[in-house]
Amino acid sequence: MGLSSRHLLGLQNLPKDDIQLILDTAVSFKEILNRPIKKVPTLQGKTIVNLFFENSTRTRTSFELAERRLSADVLNFAAAASSVTKGETLKDTARNIEAMKIDMVVIRHNAAGSAHFLTHVVQANVINAGDGQHEHPTQGLLDMYSLREKFGELAGLRVCIIGDILHSRVARSNIYGLQTMGAEVSVCGPATLIPKEIEKLGVKVYHHIDDVLPNIDALNVLRIQLEREAGGFFPSLREYHRFFGVTEERLKRAGKPVTILHPGPINRDVELSADVADGPHSLILEQVLNGVAIRMAVLYLLGTQQ
Amino acid sequence: MKRILLQQGRLIDPSSNRDEILDILITDGKIESIKKTITPPPQCEKISLKGKIITPGLIDIHVHLREPGFEHKETIETGTRSAAYGGFTAVCCMPNTNPAIDDESIVTFVKTQSQKANNGIVDVFPVGAVSKKREGKFLAPIAELVQAGAIALSDDGAPVFDAGLMRKALEYANMYNVPIFQHCEIPELAHGGVMNEGIVSTELGLQGIPSIAEEIMIARDLILAEYTGSRYHVCHMSTAYAVELVRQGKMKGIKVTSEVTPHHFTLTDEIVRSYDTNTKMNPPLRTKKDIEAIKEGLRDGTIDVIATDHAPHSLDEKEVDYNQAPFGIVGLETAIGLSILELVETEILSLSQLIEKLCTNPRRIIGREIHIAEGEIANFTFLDRDISWKVEKSIFKSKSKNSPFDGMTLKGKAVGIFNNNQLLMY
Repeated sequence: MGLSSRHLLGLQNLPKDDIQLILDTAVSFKEILNRPIKKVPTLQGKTIVNLFFENSTRTRTSFELAERRLSADVLNFAAAASSVTKGETLKDTARNIEAMKIDMVVIRHNAAGSAHFLTHVVQANVINAGDGQHEHPTQGLLDMYSLREKFGELAGLRVCIIGDILHSRVARSNIYGLQTMGAEVSVCGPATLIPKEIEKLGVKVYHHIDDVLPNIDALNVLRIQLEREAGGFFPSLREYHRFFGVTEERLKRAGKPVTILHPGPINRDVELSADVADGPHSLILEQVLNGVAIRMAVLYLLGTQQ
Repeated sequence: MKRILLQQGRLIDPSSNRDEILDILITDGKIESIKKTITPPPQCEKISLKGKIITPGLIDIHVHLREPGFEHKETIETGTRSAAYGGFTAVCCMPNTNPAIDDESIVTFVKTQSQKANNGIVDVFPVGAVSKKREGKFLAPIAELVQAGAIALSDDGAPVFDAGLMRKALEYANMYNVPIFQHCEIPELAHGGVMNEGIVSTELGLQGIPSIAEEIMIARDLILAEYTGSRYHVCHMSTAYAVELVRQGKMKGIKVTSEVTPHHFTLTDEIVRSYDTNTKMNPPLRTKKDIEAIKEGLRDGTIDVIATDHAPHSLDEKEVDYNQAPFGIVGLETAIGLSILELVETEILSLSQLIEKLCTNPRRIIGREIHIAEGEIANFTFLDRDISWKVEKSIFKSKSKNSPFDGMTLKGKAVGIFNNNQLLMY
């Protein structure tokens, strides 16, 4: 039994069985990552291009590592070094790359729908590594993997996502995936950073962090893009930290331990205080390793499809 | 002498309350005779319109012909051909060309080109710019534009956002009894948005254009129109509250008229889920609730006009990601089919009321009425109200094919037009 689709574009319409399969497959890949020899020949002979139109160190290295661990041939394409700056369109770039007989494309692009668009212009399997403010499915999957590993199952788990929900693809993928798996999802943030009508997704909305903490099992803390202050979405980073920052003191007041996730990179002492980030309930470094395992699972499942 | 006899068509003319099956004899472009039956004179071309409808020539008062400046999208030749095959004998073309229609020489250029295009079968009435270069800073030479042939003024594509300039434009245009066609949008609220703001934009991660961006501008302008006593026309209205504002304005006696596009009464933002850039237009596709309000506005007369906002863009321009794609779709060749399907079949409008929205009302707004009577210029559209047909964008006469309606089955279609002593049957 394999995945129901040739591509991984998002978690919104990904069936529960597919999510389950990816998470289960990742378990065995994580086991491989803990061996002395971490490489398997599964994707030998396959060529994968990492098409990154947006700067990204973490996601790209995580994908690249996953690809190399699976013995695929890897081609990195970064927008700054390419002809995209000369006005070449995404379509032209994609068609050119396809002409070189690529098997799989991992794409990150600042436009929502770009991965979706790519599936109409190339034959290769497409994996969305983040499209604008839309989805970042492998991040959602690795967050779910980390939670499942810690709590045993996702059904019934109460998870809050805190921060800039409006601009966050991580938030969207988490909401869709967690809800499919039966978790209860809420969001918390300044009203200016909560997208319109999000409650129609069945998500509770909070604006006061102290109202949320006592009622959740895990808190996924989003990175605050520093330019949002200049964009006028909140008055200052200082005020943001005072009212929405996740600190040891706040967590203590909640009266019970709350598991902390963060997609990275962290703005220490803005959205998350250093002691919490490095504290006993933080899964942040585990998320990084799980990210490689999840991406190996996705690449393997798509790359070996019949 | 060129004689044409239109036989046994059902003439529907709302302006004279006429609805009857007639013969019409046209001699050298003028109506010579209208009778129950006319014996064909010698050397006369006979056109059987049995089962078909004859209307006074339909007009689309919101069209982007793109010439001068963007001839790779559309030219006056291809745009008027698209209009002719869509059943329109006249269009008003918007001034967001390059250079903009902000100078009498450009008005003259457009008129000259249109007389050459397709033997002049489609009348082109240019809309002049409100402001110089459409920059929203200084008034364009409005009097000169009107004298050269502009029938209305607009910075369409962009709003006249400066309230002081809008006031002056309304006052100035009123001296010549021409309306301001406003593209209603508060830039600070709409800026960066690419679709309707709501649950769908939230799910897709696309930046929204809130309905209030349109509504606040209409509310402001209605107050300005009331204060100046001037004529104000709301372009491509898209939201429920906008309809309500115009309704209230009309009740207060403000000289306001309004238009809606076929796509805004047919499609909702749900269709954007495809990320198809042919669903991207400004104002954006809204919700079911807005469509219901628009249909009610059409029914009760709040909305006077159906106009297409025909906005051609080349394939290359549209085949990019959703954020980068330009706003707009072509509309001339699908307008009648969508209107009959969505409004007449559903009994929201009678055929006669539909013709009012596509002819009588818009022609009155721009002061280009037509009268169907002996001795008058013959200007007609011929419709097959009952035909079901499938949209094939590849055969559009427009140079651009950016339509979200490709493959859709529509009801009703023009089968020909007559204007300026030219007959086109298709």
